[in-house]
Order: sequence, then C-alpha cells, then structure tokens
Amino acid sequence: MTTQTDSLQGKPAERVLSLDPKQNVKGVSNFARSMRRLRKHRMAIFGILLLLFVILYVVIGSLAIPESASIYNDPRRALQPPSAEHPFGTDVIGRDILARTIYGGQVSLFIGVTAMLVQILVGTAVGLIAGYLGGIVDFLLMRLAEAMLSIPQLFLALIALRIFSDPTQFPDFTFMGRRFSSTMIVIVFVIGLTSWMRVSRIVRSVVLSVREQEYVTAAHSIGAHSWRIILRHVLPNCTAPIIVSATLGVASAILLEAYLGFLGLGVRAPTPTWGNIMGEANSYLDSWFYWFFPALFIMLTVMGINFLGDGLRDAFDPRSLK
Amino acid sequence: MTRYVVRRVLQSIPLLLIISFILFNFTNALGDPMAVYAESRNRPSARDREIIMRRLGLDRPILEQYLIWLIGNDWMPPIDVLGDGSRLEQGTRRGVLRGDLGISFVTRRPSWTRIEERLPWTLVLMIPSYVLTVGLAIAIGIFSAVRQYSFWDNVITSLSFFFYSMPIFFIALLTIYIFAVQFRRWGLEPIKWGGTGDGTLGSLLQHMVLPVFCLVAIQLAGYVRFIRSSMLEVLNQDYIRTARAKGLAESQVVRRHAFKNAALPLVTLIGLDLPFLLAGAVVTERIFAWPGMGRLFIESFERADVPVMMAILMVLSVAVVVFQLLTDIVYTWLDPRIRYS
Repeated sequence: MTTQTDSLQGKPAERVLSLDPKQNVKGVSNFARSMRRLRKHRMAIFGILLLLFVILYVVIGSLAIPESASIYNDPRRALQPPSAEHPFGTDVIGRDILARTIYGGQVSLFIGVTAMLVQILVGTAVGLIAGYLGGIVDFLLMRLAEAMLSIPQLFLALIALRIFSDPTQFPDFTFMGRRFSSTMIVIVFVIGLTSWMRVSRIVRSVVLSVREQEYVTAAHSIGAHSWRIILRHVLPNCTAPIIVSATLGVASAILLEAYLGFLGLGVRAPTPTWGNIMGEANSYLDSWFYWFFPALFIMLTVMGINFLGDGLRDAFDPRSLK
Repeated sequence: MTRYVVRRVLQSIPLLLIISFILFNFTNALGDPMAVYAESRNRPSARDREIIMRRLGLDRPILEQYLIWLIGNDWMPPIDVLGDGSRLEQGTRRGVLRGDLGISFVTRRPSWTRIEERLPWTLVLMIPSYVLTVGLAIAIGIFSAVRQYSFWDNVITSLSFFFYSMPIFFIALLTIYIFAVQFRRWGLEPIKWGGTGDGTLGSLLQHMVLPVFCLVAIQLAGYVRFIRSSMLEVLNQDYIRTARAKGLAESQVVRRHAFKNAALPLVTLIGLDLPFLLAGAVVTERIFAWPGMGRLFIESFERADVPVMMAILMVLSVAVVVFQLLTDIVYTWLDPRIRYS
C-alpha cells in the first residue's frame, strides 16, 4: 500500500525501488483479488473441474471417435443396451449413443456459449442505452423488457423458432466437412434474443448509479464524448455482474435448448444435440441408456456452470473481503 | 395508497397493449392457419377457403386484424364475403376488450372454453406442488440456516445444487423408470402414471404422485437456497442479537424475529412466480400426458391455432401484471417501513 501512496505523491518509482525492492509490488486490482477469492472457493473449483470433464469429453471424444460413427445407422442393432462395442448402447435406428452424445454435446455447448454472447451483447447494449439516455428511450426499452418477461421464455422461443426456421429459407450447411442444420444457428439467436432482459435490467441499474458519480461529471466537463464515457467509465463498473450473468446464462441457454429439443421442436436432424437426443428417446422409456446419458451430460454441465457462477458471485461481492 | 394503485393500474394498460401487439404479430406469423382445414376430411375448395379467410378477417392487413382482435368487428362495415359485393355479412366478433377472446380455428368453439377445460387440470397439479414446495422450503431453509456450515447444512446445500441443475425431464423419466417400470420387474405394485386416471379421486391422486414429486423436487431447490440465504442475512442483524440478549428462547428468536423478516423477500418471489403456475409445466405435462395449459399451448402452437394461443398468452400477461400489483400492496401491508404515496 505504501508504494501506491508514494507514487501518488509523485515520487519516482526508482527511488522507492532503491529503498526496498520488495515494496515495488504493484497494487492488486479488484479483479485479481476476486480471482484469488475464486481459487479458494471449493464449490467453484468443483464446478470448473466438472466443466473441464465435459469439455474434454466432447473434444477428446471427437478425436477418438469419427463423426461417421454418430451418423452410421443399422436398424438390426437398434436399442441395444450398453456393451463393450457400444458403451452407451444404440438408439432406435442403431446409431452409437456414445458418439451421438459427443457430437451432440459439441453442438449443445456451442449453442450455450454463443446464445450467451448474444444475450450479453444485447442486454448490455440495451441496459447502457436505457440507463444513460433515460427519458422516453429508457421508458420504451424497459417496457419492452417487462413485456417480454411476463411471457414464459419457452413460449416465446417456440414461437420465434417456428417463424425463423423455415427449412426452405435456411437449408443445411457444411462446415469443416460436417453437415449441420441451420436451425442450430437460428436457435442461438432465438435463445439469445429471448433472454437479454435480466442482463439489461442489471446493467441499467449500475449505469443509473454510476451516472451520478463525480468522475462522470468530470469526464463530461472536460468534453468527453458520451460514447467514450459509456465505454470507458460506465461499462467497466458493470463487468462483475455481467460476468456472473454470462456464466449462468450459458446454463440456462443449454437447458432451454434441451427443453426445446425434448419437445421435438428444437434443432432439427441431421444435427444431434443433447436436447433432441432426449426428444427422440422420450418414447423409449424402457431403454434407459437412450435418455440417461444425454440427460446426465446436460445435468453435469448445468451443475458445473451453476457452481462456478455461484463462486463468481461470491468472489465479486465486495462485502466478502478477504 | 389508492392513488398509488390507480397509477399502477393506469401504467399497466400501455404495457398490456405493447405485449398484446408484439404477441399478435408473432403468433400471426406462425404459418398458414388454413392448413388446419386442409387436413380435415371435408377439405374446403379454393373458393371456400377464400370465404373462410374473409370471414375470419385473415385477408386484412395485420394492423386491422389486431384492431378487430382488440375491439371486434360487429360495429365495422359488413364483410364482403364473396369478394364481389353480392353477399354482405355483419361481423360478430366483440373483441378482447369486451371479453371475446375469439373462436378457435381448430375446434370452432370459443377460445375461452378451451382454457376453461384445461385450467382446472393445471391447477390440480400446480397448486398442491407449489404449496408443498413453499412449505418444505421454509422448513428446510430455516433448518439449514440456523445450522450454517454444519454437516446437515452442507448436505442440504449440495442436494439443492444437485436438484437445481437437474432438467425436469431427467428426474421425471428417472422416477417413472424406477417407480413404474422397475417396480413391476421387482414384483412391487408400480405407481400409475400417464393421464389423470379413471375419474375417481383415488385414481387421480395416484396419478398425481409422480408429477407432483418431480415438480416439487425441481422447484424446491431454488426456494431452499433463497430462504436459507435470506435467513442468514437476517440472523446477522442487530435486532436478533438484542432478542437473544434479552433472553428469548432460540425457537422464539428464529420464528418470531428472524423468519418474519426473512419472509418479506419470499413474498415478492411468490408473487412473481404464482401467475406462471397458470402456464402449467409444458415438459412435465408432456411426459405425464397431463391435459393442462402447457399441453394446450403446445397443441395450439403445432396447429397454428392463433386465437387460442393469444388467449393463453393474454390470460398469462394479465395475471402477471395483476399479481405484481397485488405483491406490492401486500408488501406495504407486511412491511410498515414502506409507504407509497
């Protein structure tokens, strides 16, 4: 701490260094302090390990098992229980469920992360604009958020998905030698655009409190442009709540995808996701391996994210001083 | 207070108009509602299709359709049904504002009767599970909070994280598999599931066991975490120390001084969650073949039955707005520190 006060008083850093080299420790930023708290949070570490396991599963799995194994079907071996050849069994048209949970998992995780990015981008932008501009813009944006919050997200997502996933308009596409259904991209935007409301409310409330701070008035008085003030002075105050909502946002996006897939209204064939494997397996209750493994991976992922998100919330909480 | 309530009611009118306008545009973009007729046995000819479209007002621009939905068309100029002016029919719709939610495209009966048929089933399922959830959550949450960081607190916290992360279909399929499929294999009496039973109360109760269990297990986790943390916050307050210092029994401190204050945020949470019980549980109702509102929404969605979808969504939005207002009023009544003017 002495280093900080000294340099504030304008003493050259070299002199401090010459007195005592040990004192030239850089001041610890809030972010670094939070990360240190996170490393000591046992639940958060457990969450990170769970997530690492799931990520390694879908990455290493795809290196070990070719994608063709998740497509190759043979009705003669339909619904076989787990065996050495098919550790997770086979599905109703004889595809290997292990391979399908690997490749489906990649898509589910991709949807979770990208939908979160859409949600955070839109939510942050709306929150910044509404909070900073105020007035009629604020009123309209917040009424829109309120309106969207009063309808269950699943209902909104179903309707939006149906409107924007006309297969004639959005054909399948090929990426890195694999064929994907374009509903996969549509669903990212549908989930993102139906879940930005809470983020925007959080960001707006931070903006409203920061806007009255003296350093913002100071920035105004030296003629800083509005956008500069928003990006340089207001936005950094929102990082902690945004990081927490982003983390939890991945979990809710994966869950929503799973529910849509379960209802048979999510990502279409040929792209597997954990959700639409569940949707296929729904009618084959007796073949437990068919629905158990995709559901297990959804649960592990969501649990890992929730543990991590909870740890982040504690770590960023200024009241937990350690 | 009265002025506050009046202002809030006035504010909610534009909100409901915005909601209904967005939803009307969305649901009407869902696809051709006439596809329903194309499936039916006596498929209408192209000419009949046009007549039906005109009668339903589907040939009009979307803004005009919204207006008809809102205030009806019985006062508008008559509809030119055949398109050549030879047959004029007066519109009969009275509009949502006069209590007419429209006629279902599929059953040709008022949308409201569709809701009336399904809503009781949803409530039969949702109310017991919600009451159980909140009751158990209060008990478990308090138990956990007063023993912070003890063995049982850790067990409860871990379990609530576990169930909080569990997708409802996973626990539903697992319980069906264990209690219905495996029980039969083990020679035990399997628990009945699927549908609502044969009409007797005993059979209904038996069919409710599994869905209620699943709904409670999933919802309980979040509520337990909420009550535990709000109890912990209150237990650190000065007035709790005062209560203890003046020699009150610990049970009195927890029940009369801590819980009453910790329950305030719970009131808000319940008020915000209650209206969504009306929406039913889409996935749970699907798995257990329960004829509730969630199923009705999915059925109407799959057949592009716009009037019924709009009816469900508007009933929900109105409920959300009303419950928010009620929550605020109850809150002032419970917490004397808050006074609206």
